[in-house]
Amino acid sequence: MELDFDVIELDEPDHPEVGETAPDFERPLVTDEYWEDTTLSALTETGPVALVFHPMNGAFPATYIWNELRDRGFDEYDIHVVGLSISTPYEHKNLLRERELTETEIRLFSDPANEIAEQYGIVNDLDGMAGITEPRPATFVIDTDRTIQYAWAATEHPEFPDYDEFEAAVEEIQ
Amino acid sequence: MSNPQITIYRLQACPFCERAVRKLQEYDLSYTSRFVEPLHSQRNVVKRESGVRTVPVIIDEATGVTMAESANIVEYLDRTYGEQASEPHTEATATVAEERS
Repeated sequence: MELDFDVIELDEPDHPEVGETAPDFERPLVTDEYWEDTTLSALTETGPVALVFHPMNGAFPATYIWNELRDRGFDEYDIHVVGLSISTPYEHKNLLRERELTETEIRLFSDPANEIAEQYGIVNDLDGMAGITEPRPATFVIDTDRTIQYAWAATEHPEFPDYDEFEAAVEEIQ
Repeated sequence: MSNPQITIYRLQACPFCERAVRKLQEYDLSYTSRFVEPLHSQRNVVKRESGVRTVPVIIDEATGVTMAESANIVEYLDRTYGEQASEPHTEATATVAEERS
């Protein structure tokens, strides 16, 4: 179908695939009340993890992604649901409030230097924002051995997660 | 001192918090930092843990002590982990009970 706007194709993502070990990392993990340096492996030790990379807070994809995950009740699954963007902990606290996630267990990693997206092979260089890169939207379901059970990353910009597929993977891992 | 479990609630760029942190570092204590926001109204977690909304607050799992006010914290850390520390746990607990009364 011919559209009168441009969807930008991104380079092929180079993220870890299903069956591979999710790279461990440590970043401030933000709740509604505080933030604390936390490792991915500390989370997987206590349960499977749904990891959601998203554009910086305030960009409409961040808003839509969290509205959708909230409305689908992702928090009700017995799994750690965590986001990650380049936004600061202060901005993450605002997102949790604005997206009405404060009553949930959903938490957000803050990675302003974008090193985790680098590690996961899903960097999106932003045209027109000098010096800023961020993760492209990407979703991973990671089990308690830190093995990836589901992986998806955007191949165009903008592109949204396949929520049905993501949710099915979350359901399956419980 | 074997791996004390200390949590400190702190505010970025707060000199009182830095003072407590410096003391933790001086005694080579391992600690977890939990950062809260400048607005007192957004510090319910600190209130729940300690009864106050000011930071710093430390929670020392090793002794069961929860304590606010940097001067008190520094004194507590000196007494408990400093060179003069003797029977620190009993003494510290007694002090906290006093402050809460």
